[in-house]
Amino acid sequence: MGYPQKSHPRETPVLSKHFGEGEGRSLDGWKKRGGYKALEIALNMTPAQIVDIVKASGLRGRGGAGFPTGVKWSFMKPGDGKPHYLLCNADESEPGTFKDREIMRWTPHALVEGCAIGAYAIGAETAYIYIRGEFQEPIDRMEAALKEAYAANILGSNAMGTGKTINVYVHKGAGAYICGEETALMESLEGKRGNPRIKPPFPAVSGAFGQPTTINNVETLVAVPHILVNGAEWYKAMCLSNPKSTGTKLFSVCGNISRPGNYEIVLGFPFKDFLYDLCGGPTTGRRFKAIIPGGASVPIQTMDEAEATLMDYEGFVAQGTMLGSGGVIVFDDAQSIPRQVARLTRFFAHESCGQCTQCREGTSWTTRILDRIVAGQGTYEDLDTLLEMAENMTGKTICVLSDSCAAPVVSGLQKFRHEFEALITGKRSSQSAGGSQATAGSSKLTVGAGA
Amino acid sequence: MSETLVNLMIEGRPVSVPAGTSILEAAKTAGILIPHYCYHPGLPVAGVCRMCLVEVEKAPKLAPGCATAVAEGQVVRVYSDKALEARKGVLEMLLINHPLDCPICDQSGECELQDYTFQEGRADSRYREAKRFNPVEDFGGDVMYVPNRCILCTRCVRFMDDIHHDPVLNVSERGDRAYIGKAPDADLTQPWAANVVDLCPVGALLSKDFLNKARAWELDRTASVCTGCSQGCNVTLELREQQVVRIRPRGNTNVNKFFMCDHGRMDYKWLNRPDRLEVAMAGDTAADWEIAIGAAAKALKGKRAFVVANASLSNEALFLLKRLVAKTGGAGYFNVPKGEEAPLPGVPDLSLRADRAANGTGAGLLGFTHEAKPLTKVSAGDVVLLVNVDPHAAAAESLAKADAVIVIGTTMPGIAKSPAAVLPIANVAEEEGTLTNLRGRVQRYLQAKAAPGMARPSWFVLADLLNAVGDKADYLSASAVFDALAASEKAFAGMSYDTLALSGIESPAVRAGATA
Repeated sequence: MGYPQKSHPRETPVLSKHFGEGEGRSLDGWKKRGGYKALEIALNMTPAQIVDIVKASGLRGRGGAGFPTGVKWSFMKPGDGKPHYLLCNADESEPGTFKDREIMRWTPHALVEGCAIGAYAIGAETAYIYIRGEFQEPIDRMEAALKEAYAANILGSNAMGTGKTINVYVHKGAGAYICGEETALMESLEGKRGNPRIKPPFPAVSGAFGQPTTINNVETLVAVPHILVNGAEWYKAMCLSNPKSTGTKLFSVCGNISRPGNYEIVLGFPFKDFLYDLCGGPTTGRRFKAIIPGGASVPIQTMDEAEATLMDYEGFVAQGTMLGSGGVIVFDDAQSIPRQVARLTRFFAHESCGQCTQCREGTSWTTRILDRIVAGQGTYEDLDTLLEMAENMTGKTICVLSDSCAAPVVSGLQKFRHEFEALITGKRSSQSAGGSQATAGSSKLTVGAGA
Repeated sequence: MSETLVNLMIEGRPVSVPAGTSILEAAKTAGILIPHYCYHPGLPVAGVCRMCLVEVEKAPKLAPGCATAVAEGQVVRVYSDKALEARKGVLEMLLINHPLDCPICDQSGECELQDYTFQEGRADSRYREAKRFNPVEDFGGDVMYVPNRCILCTRCVRFMDDIHHDPVLNVSERGDRAYIGKAPDADLTQPWAANVVDLCPVGALLSKDFLNKARAWELDRTASVCTGCSQGCNVTLELREQQVVRIRPRGNTNVNKFFMCDHGRMDYKWLNRPDRLEVAMAGDTAADWEIAIGAAAKALKGKRAFVVANASLSNEALFLLKRLVAKTGGAGYFNVPKGEEAPLPGVPDLSLRADRAANGTGAGLLGFTHEAKPLTKVSAGDVVLLVNVDPHAAAAESLAKADAVIVIGTTMPGIAKSPAAVLPIANVAEEEGTLTNLRGRVQRYLQAKAAPGMARPSWFVLADLLNAVGDKADYLSASAVFDALAASEKAFAGMSYDTLALSGIESPAVRAGATA
């Protein structure tokens, strides 16, 4: 549910059912809400049985890539004589995304349980929850929950009295977006600079500390206990459109919209209803102009595209973008797209680790050109340069940070080129002629350049 | 060792290489150099510069040649439009923050950024914004860092981390603010640190010693062997106007991989010494070569040759000296100065050796005796030959027991007061010869410049002397002396300058001895 908003009747709260309930944070409160039943079930199954159920449920990674979780788990070979690791990616840094934060704040035991099941399923005795360093409250909540779980022998060398060893640790990040990239996260966890690694080898072969490793997003792991308790069929049945996209998903909504917050819906939900009904539509007197539906790394959608979208992995792709992390950023008609794109690329330029040439130089050069365009000093050649550079930044580097920087540039230029051209020719964009501070700033600069 | 060979096509040429080889290395075997910056065969793969992107048929994305292993039936296209466009993009981005100060940059002329830009880059830049600026930093030792020229390939960081095992360099900051940082209070004074200068593909890490001394295209380069210790690192002597201005390592996988130590690198100034012996002398008088040789032969008549040989003399010179000793019933000694051993931890069996002479092994193989104070053994009836050695003044008393002294060398030893003859010889940069390293590898060095004045190659002078004392030694070249050496010395059997080529051959006798 969209805490602090009240749950909307059209939501399907599964993971977010207990958001806002302080009591659910404690072990007793969580058990009262059905907690740790799934772990008991899991520890009485074989790892392979758990993997099969997760496979059958159709659960896919909620971090952005959407890889089938059961398939990912099946790459691990329990009993191969090597230590295995489960990593929980809680480095939620994607601009516009704040779902994992709420999961950890309100239902920390849900994540402990998810990690314990995941670790057991892949033959790992150790799980690390890598939490974004700025998330002080979630870190505190998780540590408190772990303390309780250890005290109650849910974790440790005799987990739930089964004799199995499951240890879960919290590791605090140090403020780098790139550490949310799975291999950079591993480097960081090992105490090194958070640089993404070349793949192959893939984590299932050589991950954290050079050992077989599986890395899952918070939301993915938290969904697993529900699947074990209610069955794969129950989860699979939660599907409103493409059968490859099952279950519920949390969407974080922010920007120029009436009711920002977290919303949990069944995949395949119509995006138009989501925006206008659940989230209450634009603020008074405004119209929506554009949406970035999956965190800063995905292409921008026009409203025509957004309103035709069914909210699942395939539905977003069909409408020119991606589901990504589910961070919905909404722009209304007071916003200047070139300015917003420049804002996004500046973020990527700041966060690039600087290993690959195209990313290190390209993210910064792109930002400088966009800043110049926004300042009214742009040329038509700049637009060609931007697009050519975006091509050089796509699919050519170790990780996808530079691809992510190129995505809003390319989609912004494809879908809102007139706004860039208006800044180049000295005409203000008619769309951005509203009274917001941002627009006032840009028009002043445009006038200055023309004078 | 069984190796599985993988067959693939690179630019239409069939290539067979062992499984696990990278596309970049496989392409080299087909004579194709895929442009690259961060890759270096002596370092772990980083895959960060993205310059070596090539097209692999059926692969969705371009592949980095350095980090992609060959696969059976692979079809690789290095010069497809897609690959060329991608590399052109990388080059443009590498240059946006790179100052175009080639006219004042030491690297100019041997710069991989220049080379590949000329080969594949754009003629102009579209960059209109301000360039990044960071001040020059002295990294200590012989190394200077010019961050504005740095392309962050991280070769230097990986060398210090993974080869030198002293991780004092790092990438500091991130994104386009990144630069190579040095740990505080750590200077690049480690014994092998200056290799980072060679490894740097651009002008970001420079040698302070070489700074502004020469343009790369003015240098004459000659293959040689370092005489700084018994390791025998293969090197290139670089000369400008007959002066050695720089020594750099020459690749040899069997000896020094791609590296050399700072001791050897800085040990070149003596090659340019101005206080050289330039004139042959008979007694106190400057003389023609024939007269000087005659004076030496006369002094030796009926006496024993007591040879004190420099342990960096060539095998050829030592061989001729050995014959002189045999002919006169004398004795031959050598002394190896000692220093501190300094291994390069990341490369097996590569070290700045404690034995600070190049040919102690050769001297031993040719029957010379190692003796720290050889002159104490001089007795009446001995004629002492000081062959490129400068004994301590304290040995003067012992030397006085000799019937006569003959100086054969590059400089005048202070101890020799009134030698019977002075025969000036060439130094290692001025003649051709071979040296035997501590593992018994016999390696050639070539002549880089002319010897001063009347000085002649050591083998030439010693062959003349040998003839004059009645042992026929009519050799017209160093190569001919070596052939005679190979014919009579078991440790060198079967070798010739042709078979030694420029990477040398390990003496089978020494190898057998080492394992026995």
